[in-house]
Amino acid sequence: MVSAPVQAAPPVRAPAPVRRLPRWVAPVAGVVAVVALYVAFRGRAVLPHDDDATLFHWLNDARDWVDANRNSSPIFIYVVNYIRLGAAELFTLIQSALTALGWPGLVGLAAGLGWLAGGWRIALVSLAGFAGVGVLGFWEASVETLALTLSAVLLSLLFGIPLGVWAGRSPRVRRIVTPVLDVMQIMPTFSYLSPMVLLFLIGPASATIATMIYAMPPAIRITSLAIQRVPAVTVEASESLGATGGQTLRKVRLPLALNTIMLGVNQTIAAALAMVPLTALIAAPGLGEDLIRALARVNVGAALVPGVAIVLLAIVLDRVTRAAAQRRGGGNRARAVRWGGFAVLTAAGIALTPVMAQEFPEQWQVQIVRPINDVVDWIETHWYVFTGFLNDTVAYGLLNPLQNVLTSAPWWLITAAVLVFAWRLSGPAAGLVAAGCLLGVAALGLWAHSMETLTMVLVGSLITIAAGLALGVAAARSRWFAAVLRPLLDAAQTMPSFSYLLPAVALFGNGRFTAIMASFIYAVPVVARLVEDGLRAVPGTVMEAARSAGSTDRQLLWKVQLPMARGSLLLAANQGIVMTLAMVVIGALVGAGALGYDVVAGFAQQEDYGKGLAAGVALVLLGVMLDRITQGANGRRSPHKKRNA
Amino acid sequence: MRKFRLIAGVLVLGLSLAACGGAKVEDDSAAAPSASAAGAAGASAGGTVKMAINGWVGYEASAAVLSYLLEKELGYKVEKVTLAEEPSWQGLESGDVDVIVENWGHEDLKKKYIEEKNVAVEAGSTGNKGVIGWYVPEWMVQKYPDITDYKNLNKYADLFKTSESGGKGQMLDGDPSFVTNDEALVKNLKLNYKVVYAGSEAALIKAAKQATDQKKPLLMYFYEPQWLFNQVKLVKVNLPAYTEGCDADPKKVACDYPPYDLDKIVSKKFADTGGKAFELVKAFQWTNDDQNAVADDITNNGMSAEDAAKKWVEANPAKWQAWMPK
Repeated sequence: MVSAPVQAAPPVRAPAPVRRLPRWVAPVAGVVAVVALYVAFRGRAVLPHDDDATLFHWLNDARDWVDANRNSSPIFIYVVNYIRLGAAELFTLIQSALTALGWPGLVGLAAGLGWLAGGWRIALVSLAGFAGVGVLGFWEASVETLALTLSAVLLSLLFGIPLGVWAGRSPRVRRIVTPVLDVMQIMPTFSYLSPMVLLFLIGPASATIATMIYAMPPAIRITSLAIQRVPAVTVEASESLGATGGQTLRKVRLPLALNTIMLGVNQTIAAALAMVPLTALIAAPGLGEDLIRALARVNVGAALVPGVAIVLLAIVLDRVTRAAAQRRGGGNRARAVRWGGFAVLTAAGIALTPVMAQEFPEQWQVQIVRPINDVVDWIETHWYVFTGFLNDTVAYGLLNPLQNVLTSAPWWLITAAVLVFAWRLSGPAAGLVAAGCLLGVAALGLWAHSMETLTMVLVGSLITIAAGLALGVAAARSRWFAAVLRPLLDAAQTMPSFSYLLPAVALFGNGRFTAIMASFIYAVPVVARLVEDGLRAVPGTVMEAARSAGSTDRQLLWKVQLPMARGSLLLAANQGIVMTLAMVVIGALVGAGALGYDVVAGFAQQEDYGKGLAAGVALVLLGVMLDRITQGANGRRSPHKKRNA
Repeated sequence: MRKFRLIAGVLVLGLSLAACGGAKVEDDSAAAPSASAAGAAGASAGGTVKMAINGWVGYEASAAVLSYLLEKELGYKVEKVTLAEEPSWQGLESGDVDVIVENWGHEDLKKKYIEEKNVAVEAGSTGNKGVIGWYVPEWMVQKYPDITDYKNLNKYADLFKTSESGGKGQMLDGDPSFVTNDEALVKNLKLNYKVVYAGSEAALIKAAKQATDQKKPLLMYFYEPQWLFNQVKLVKVNLPAYTEGCDADPKKVACDYPPYDLDKIVSKKFADTGGKAFELVKAFQWTNDDQNAVADDITNNGMSAEDAAKKWVEANPAKWQAWMPK
């Protein structure tokens, strides 16, 4: 663990003053020291896994208490149960409304909204997208997913926007809220589920609340940013004209911030769509259920098609809200055309509802599950030797040795190594937080499993970052390549993480390498995109200067572009690692074990509940640790970060 | 600023006012017999039955036939909820599940939800006999005849090593949510094995097929009723014999799994107000062969669960007519 991240993100410091030791001496000395200590103390002060840790029993007891008092404790009957009922009602309401529209009505409404937001292009996208969901044969499940997403987004905005406005106006609030949001966004989706089940039982209500919490951070962040960006001059003008604080907010700040806030809505929807499929594990209806069923049957086609349906929903929602976020000019006439078109399209759809069949017509549906499976079967039988070889090479060559080292090294050595490494790369605060997180993991009694998870994350992110870097560099160099890559990456990014498990399972069987491959597909798009953007942001004049100084392409890349894009590269590494963590954990559903397994077992077997809950917390700590280490000199992260993990 | 405090205040006030009555879990509209909002969970003809679907195809077969009859013969709407076993029991409490079609033992859950909480009720045997055990492919027994005794497993542990088993033999389990004592068994019988979870029934089946076709060693958790036994020969490994109560403490289990009489569990509400739907569920009973036939159609003959159920129903009118409420 000590050497891998060093390669991933070499610390590039300002040129050292002359006559000091060469730059590489300190890191090399550090590595040598860690290796020496490891050899000396190997196998001592290790923390083997114990299923019977006292903490787990305490948590089980807490669960039992909640279970026994759900219908008598005032906290539950006056607060928690009402929240549950409210969320359930909201979901039911939205679902009934969407269902009542019928499929032509909903398609019409979507097209109408598209028209309203961005004219005929967006209307067409909406129409095609929603119709496409029907053609894939997943209309009903998609409507349920949509209903769940919308109720969660609605709640996220209801709480997120006021919080964001507050944070935008008060630096003090901002200081409190920001770290909380950081943790919320690093938290692997899996960790949200067990506590939700404890409080709100299973079902759509619980799923709505989990998704709401997961989707809220972007709403808060971007609203806060939008409010901060409102020009002070305008606000002053308004105040000097005698407007009260509330008037200034309603008439000046919010309208001026509106377009940016719409972007927040856009990001909130993306986050919610990423979370919703996973909530099928706690009995939420929708496409997630189809994914789980496909997983149980190891049916790749059946897992990819609902995945594509979610991508279509995501594209429509993304384009519509993005278009709505753009400033549109035009006078009354333009507005009349917009609203008129909206009304016509929606009315046309709704008018068709009673005429058309209630369910999406079967003859319009296209069966693509079988062809996909045929391809997979072919690959499985013909590439078996190759995939098996790849699996074994990575498992025996990388995973097992690394895991052996991490689980046999004394806990204090690993903690110290992380402390020093994070300190050097990202400063003292990051070092202390990272080391603190590791100590927390040890205190939870999940050290060994955390090290196993860490092994997968390190190997996974190493592969991911390497591939993402290569793809990003290639895309930054060739417009043509970028044009081909972009839509693929877009789609890959919006696919629910779930869908990636199955192709990986089909190819590599069950185990850690499968989880790693799934996380690879999941995280590469983001890494590649950040790398590409970073490289493209290098000013043309600098490139010209370097070229005219006689740099070759290779020199240009290594000496100019990559160093100058350091911020983006660090962010890419950061995102790659955090996303790999989120996905590797879900890999527990296909036998990757470790912390992810503890979480899965936690909500599937009652005696493991405490362990599962603790594992969820350990995952958060691991996430924060990895994030702090790699956050690095990049400083404050952008509000757009991590839209899909 | 002041405005926000005001809004917050109003919100809190509103919430607390709304909360005056206090809400119990069953107050969920979906769970209350009288309410109609969430899917009209009532029970008269034309009502909705929420059926949990656990993750193995045998379960799905039973569920398919039951829902086919509920929908086509009695006019109910069946909502299928894909869930793991234990969460399904939680669903009985939360109102998200009315019926668990095939329950494997779960004495602890029965105690909790039936006796203590009084939210669930037993609805009789499905007629299926359940077996859980450790299995090896038949060719291994021919090659290593004494492998079927658990005491000899350590001798052969090397055969079962994989990249995932950490230097020990691999004991392949299914979905982490299935009924299993295997980790405790490995520990308490001092076996040099590591339990690795394949993640699903289908993954186990795939492993069994591969192990048979390619003569790869495999030790796995498996169960009956299961259509695969008609295709692939697997032999059960003998664990220390089961005696009543030897599995009482899940951490200390050192004996084989009990024979299971698979049964149906329904929510209390459904038992009280489920009318004909409940009567049908209660009367439903068939054999392992019946279930395997339907499961085989679903898995291997490319039929949807509904089509497979239809085929069985059309072929066996005498059987299902006996279940019909009078």
